[in-house]
Amino acid sequence: MEYAFQSIRQFIVFKLDEQLYGIDIQNVQIIERIKPIMRVPKAPACVKGVMNLRGEIIPVISLREQFDLIASEYTDKTRIIIVKLDEAMVGIIVDEVKEVIELSEEQIEAVQNIQGKIKTNHILGVGKVNSSIITLLNLSNIIEESFEN
Amino acid sequence: MDVSQYLQIFIEESKENLQRLNENLLKLEGNPDDIQTLNEIFRVAHTLKGMAGTMGFVKMQKLTHHVENVLSEIRSGKLKVNVSMLDTLFQCLDALENYVEEIVNTSGEGNEDYGLLIQELENIATMQNGTISKEAVSVESKVNDTKVLSPGITEAENENLMDLPEVQANIKNKAISMGMNVFQVAIKLSANCVLKSARAFVIFTELERLGEIVHCVPNTQDIEDERFENEFVLVFVTKESKQKLQEIILGVSEVESVTIAVFKQSEVIEEDIPVVKQEDQQNTEQQENNPVQNGKQVSSKTVRVNIDRLDTLMNLVSELIIVKTQLEGLDVSTQNAGGNYNDSVEYLERVTTSLHDAVMKVRMVPVELVFNRFPRMIRDVSRKINKDIDLIMSGEETELDRTVIDEIGDPLIHLLRNAADHGLETTEERVALGKPKKGTIKLQAYQDGNNVVIEVRDDGRGIDVNKIKNKAIQKGTITKDEAANMTEQEIIDLLFKPSFSMAKEITDLSGRGVGLDVVKSKITALGGHVEVQTELGKGSKFIVRLPLTLAIIQALMINIGNEKYAIPLGNIQNIEDVRKEDIQLVQKQEVIVVRNEIIPIVRLHSILGLPQEEDKDLMMGVIVKKGERQVGFIIDSLIGQQEIVIKSLGKYLSGIDIIAGATILGNGEVALILDINSLI
Repeated sequence: MEYAFQSIRQFIVFKLDEQLYGIDIQNVQIIERIKPIMRVPKAPACVKGVMNLRGEIIPVISLREQFDLIASEYTDKTRIIIVKLDEAMVGIIVDEVKEVIELSEEQIEAVQNIQGKIKTNHILGVGKVNSSIITLLNLSNIIEESFEN
Repeated sequence: MDVSQYLQIFIEESKENLQRLNENLLKLEGNPDDIQTLNEIFRVAHTLKGMAGTMGFVKMQKLTHHVENVLSEIRSGKLKVNVSMLDTLFQCLDALENYVEEIVNTSGEGNEDYGLLIQELENIATMQNGTISKEAVSVESKVNDTKVLSPGITEAENENLMDLPEVQANIKNKAISMGMNVFQVAIKLSANCVLKSARAFVIFTELERLGEIVHCVPNTQDIEDERFENEFVLVFVTKESKQKLQEIILGVSEVESVTIAVFKQSEVIEEDIPVVKQEDQQNTEQQENNPVQNGKQVSSKTVRVNIDRLDTLMNLVSELIIVKTQLEGLDVSTQNAGGNYNDSVEYLERVTTSLHDAVMKVRMVPVELVFNRFPRMIRDVSRKINKDIDLIMSGEETELDRTVIDEIGDPLIHLLRNAADHGLETTEERVALGKPKKGTIKLQAYQDGNNVVIEVRDDGRGIDVNKIKNKAIQKGTITKDEAANMTEQEIIDLLFKPSFSMAKEITDLSGRGVGLDVVKSKITALGGHVEVQTELGKGSKFIVRLPLTLAIIQALMINIGNEKYAIPLGNIQNIEDVRKEDIQLVQKQEVIVVRNEIIPIVRLHSILGLPQEEDKDLMMGVIVKKGERQVGFIIDSLIGQQEIVIKSLGKYLSGIDIIAGATILGNGEVALILDINSLI
């Protein structure tokens, strides 16, 4: 019993350029519709700027640009996922938020070589649910790198 | 072990008490026969000891106890105050401060036990007649008695007993005085126990038949929810004997071991032989781990607020509610609605302005908080460098924002040490010059408009401008030609350059070349600035100017491209119309001439990474000033003056130096605040 309880993790699944990605729900604070974002001069390219979340100033990064995908227009479905890492909140823009899924350890595969544009250290593993494959992201690495240079 | 909620109070009060001890010891030094001061010292030390004891900081308690012994010897007239004794006492205060510091950082008092200091204190206490006068000590205070009568107790033995919160501690003491036994029972369940909380429940019910469980770590809720490892600790009041207790608990299945210790009255503790030896260690470890979890709470900052200020706040909030009701009650359909609406909005504006003032006042604390440690520091310094120094302080009641207060201490210490070490001449020199033997350092604070000014003035030798000039040339900081063209003030300002030290030799106090530039950068970071006035042979004066507050500022809102930015009003000199033809090129730098002054121009568009538009015929220039330098920013349009709340961009974006922070506008949009200091 106990073992099974520990090994199930919940992920929020979102869509980016027709691919599915997942992030650990533990890090997610809230999901917001797209809001006005104030550009910050001299910030790294994938940092879109800062937004106001109920009185707090939060930097917002675009995952599309971080993953070297073509920037797209914001749509009705565009969302900002607010995550909290090391006491600091960051918003990440995604194309669409799909659902919350539960994955047990067996369903998560560590993948060394993934064909694609995403760096290996950005990925925790790959989760398989039914027929779809979800790339699970290592958020802290992604965010750290977004703010570098 | 839930003393954590009192920890903050303990830290604050201990700091205050230590400060009081410092002040009064200084007083005592000036007037050794002042029995009132001595009584005050004694009283404060006693409070400190009691509080340390209650919180379970045994080493701190022990040291304070020895200090108290010496004090009581002085009070009973058996000892005379002398300088070396005071030195020792001051050292003890430092040691106690270290304990408090350690507690602030880690929630524990650390491992240092200052054995040498305690030894020294004991020596002092026994100096008179060469014998320990036990009566003298025990007469002084009842709490002392128990301590003195059982001197063999060391911390090592105490550590295995948990510290009880106040309420439980009272129950414990009461129970003991009624002849009951109070045990600390540490129970370890076997590792393969499946239903830990159920097992714990069985033990609880068994025990409750025999007495009362007053305290429990982890708390009962956690135990019920099975949020504990295999161990838990109880404080149990009962009439039964230890052996009986042990039998009963071990009778419950899946209990691996049980360790029982006995609580005694008023912190004096005897340890019984534990049933399972190694249990002890784990027990201690568990207790030592506990405080670390609370570490975060400990470091939070607090402000003590005068109750009057809170009342004002309350009143304003009530008024706010009245306005809200007024607005709600407005009947839009009636003719007069517009007029009433305007009235209400005006009222609302007045209330919010006062509310802002009141809230800001809550954050304000008197500079006394920083100043009061300086007399002690100057005393130490004066003894170290063998100069007679008089520190005169005034304006301690001047108030500053708490955040500024926290930062201003170090720069002021630097300035004071500088004044004592470099500023003042040696006693012999002073006598030869016909100056009073005692050097004077004046520390003065006062409010000046929206600034608070702190002056450090000494009546020493002053700053020799030529000396600085020569040194600067010799060091290559400036060339000879440059030096010839510099004004006196400019040369003095060289002192604030990094690694420019005037001290002929490096002393303990200063002269390492990290003095004044650090002072300057710290004060600049606070939004203030520092200047020097000096007269050779008469002394010098360092003037530190600080903003009253950091959180809310007046700012000018501007448009650049389609973005909004804020410039702090304090930086702005004036706003000028700039015609296209007014802009001239001087050495590839664009400049304008405003009232016969040549002002370089900065194109904010390109700095902020916006596309540069064609110059219009008439543009707007904001002239900003930093020190003596002026720069004109070309902007698109003005929005107006506004009070803004400064918010940080957070750790991820803190590296962007041209942006000082952000603010949220009335409509919820974010505007960035330009950092003028890094733009000029």
